[in-house]
Amino acid sequence: MSGLDKVVGSYEEAMAGLKDNMTLIAGGFGLCGIPENLINEIKRKGTTGLTVVSNNCGTDDYGLGVLLVDRQIKKIVASYVGENKRFEQQMMNGELEVELTPQGTLAEKMRAGGAGIPAFYTATGYGTPVGEGKEVREFNGRPYILEQAIQGDFAIGKAWKADRYGNLVFRRTARNFNPMAITAGKIAVVEVEEIVDVGELDPDDIHLPGIYVNRLIQGNFEKNIEQRTVRAR
Amino acid sequence: MALTREQLAQRVAQEFRDGYYVNLGIGIPTLAANYIPDDIQVMLQSENGLLGTGPFPYEDEVDADLINAGKQTVTMLPGASIFNSADSFGMIRGGHVDLTVLGAFEVDCHGNIASYMIPGKLIKGMGGAMDLVAGADNIIVVMTHASKHGASKLLAECTLPLTGKHCIKRVLTDLALLEIDEGRFILRERAPGVSVEEIASLTAGELEIPDDVREMVL
Repeated sequence: MSGLDKVVGSYEEAMAGLKDNMTLIAGGFGLCGIPENLINEIKRKGTTGLTVVSNNCGTDDYGLGVLLVDRQIKKIVASYVGENKRFEQQMMNGELEVELTPQGTLAEKMRAGGAGIPAFYTATGYGTPVGEGKEVREFNGRPYILEQAIQGDFAIGKAWKADRYGNLVFRRTARNFNPMAITAGKIAVVEVEEIVDVGELDPDDIHLPGIYVNRLIQGNFEKNIEQRTVRAR
Repeated sequence: MALTREQLAQRVAQEFRDGYYVNLGIGIPTLAANYIPDDIQVMLQSENGLLGTGPFPYEDEVDADLINAGKQTVTMLPGASIFNSADSFGMIRGGHVDLTVLGAFEVDCHGNIASYMIPGKLIKGMGGAMDLVAGADNIIVVMTHASKHGASKLLAECTLPLTGKHCIKRVLTDLALLEIDEGRFILRERAPGVSVEEIASLTAGELEIPDDVREMVL
C-alpha cells in the first residue's frame, strides 16, 4: 500500500499510461521551470500524435522542442513560439497545428480546468483573431469573449521541493505555469530537485497541496538558460 | 534627428510616477528601467511571475530559476514577490498595473494595435501582449514611426492581425509622442530636430496638429 505516498521509482513508471493522441499539459516558461526529464522520457517512449498545452515549445535542443524532432506533437496550444526554428518549419509545412492563445488566457484555462470551471469570459482577444467564432457577451458595457477551460490526460510539472505526499514548493520564477498545469491533469506527474520527509515542510509554506499530484519523482536538472544576461562589476 | 533606442527609453521613463507598478515589454521598453528617476519608487512587474524585478545579475549571481518575461536572467530587489502565471495575469487583467509599455508593428488612429504576427512571414505569438492591452488603462506603445523604406506604421486601419481593439491611447515613436482620440492621432511632442511636416508626411492615419506641439525634453 502506498497510501498518500506519491513517489515513483523511475521515469518510465512516472510516464506510464501516456498513449498516442493524448493531451499533455506542461508547466514552464521558456526553459525556466520545465519538467525536462519527464519530457525526455516522452521522447524516449516515442509517444506520438500528442496535443501539447504549454506557454512555449522549448528551443530546438531543449524542453518540449525535443519532441518535434521525431514529430511527436500533432498540435500545440501556446502563447509564444518565437525561439524555435524546427517549430516554425513544421508549422509552415502544415505538419504541426498551432493554436496561439494569449498567455493570461492560457493560464486561466488551465486554472479553470483544474478548478471545475468549464469556461470563463475575458476581454483579452476580443476583436482579434483569438476572438473569432467565440461567444461575445457584454458586461457593464464592455464586450468579453467566452474561453473554455483545458484539461489534460496528463500534466507534467516541475517544482523545487516536495514531501512524499506531493506537497510542492516552487522556487523563484520557475513557478510560472506549473501550479495550474499540475491541477489540470487527470494524471499529474511532478519532478522535483529534492524530496523531504512528510512533516518537514511547514504547511504555511506549501505552494500547491499534494491532492493535485499523482506521481512524484526526484531528478537531476540541467536548467539551461535561454538568455544569459549579466552586468559587469 | 530620430530618437535612439536609449532616448526612447528615457522618454518612456518620464511617464513613471512615484508608487507605480509598471510592466515593461521586451526590447526598448525594458531599457526604460535604466532611467527611473532617483526620487521616485517604481516596481517592475514581469508577467512570468515577479514583482520587483532588478537589474541583470553579476556573473556569479546568475540563477536559471530567475528570469524576466524576455527569458533574460535577472535579479530581485528588496520587497520583491513571486507568484504563478494565473495570479500574474489576474493583476494585469484586473487593472492593478499602473502603466504598461510595449512594442508594436502597427497602430491605427482607432486605437487598434498589431504586434504578434505577420501572416506568411513571422509567427511569434502574442505572449502576454493581448492580456496587457486588454487589462491596462494606461498603455504606451513604443515603436518606430515608419519602416526603413518610409512606410508609415501609424495607419488609418491596421493591416496585420490585431493584438487588441480600441485600446491604445498613446504612442511614442522615434519621431513623436502622439495621443489617439476619436479616430485621429494628435501630435503632442516632436523629437528634437524633427519637423512637424516630416511627422505629418510619415503618418498615414488622420493627424491633428495642435498649435502647441512641444519639442521633447530628454
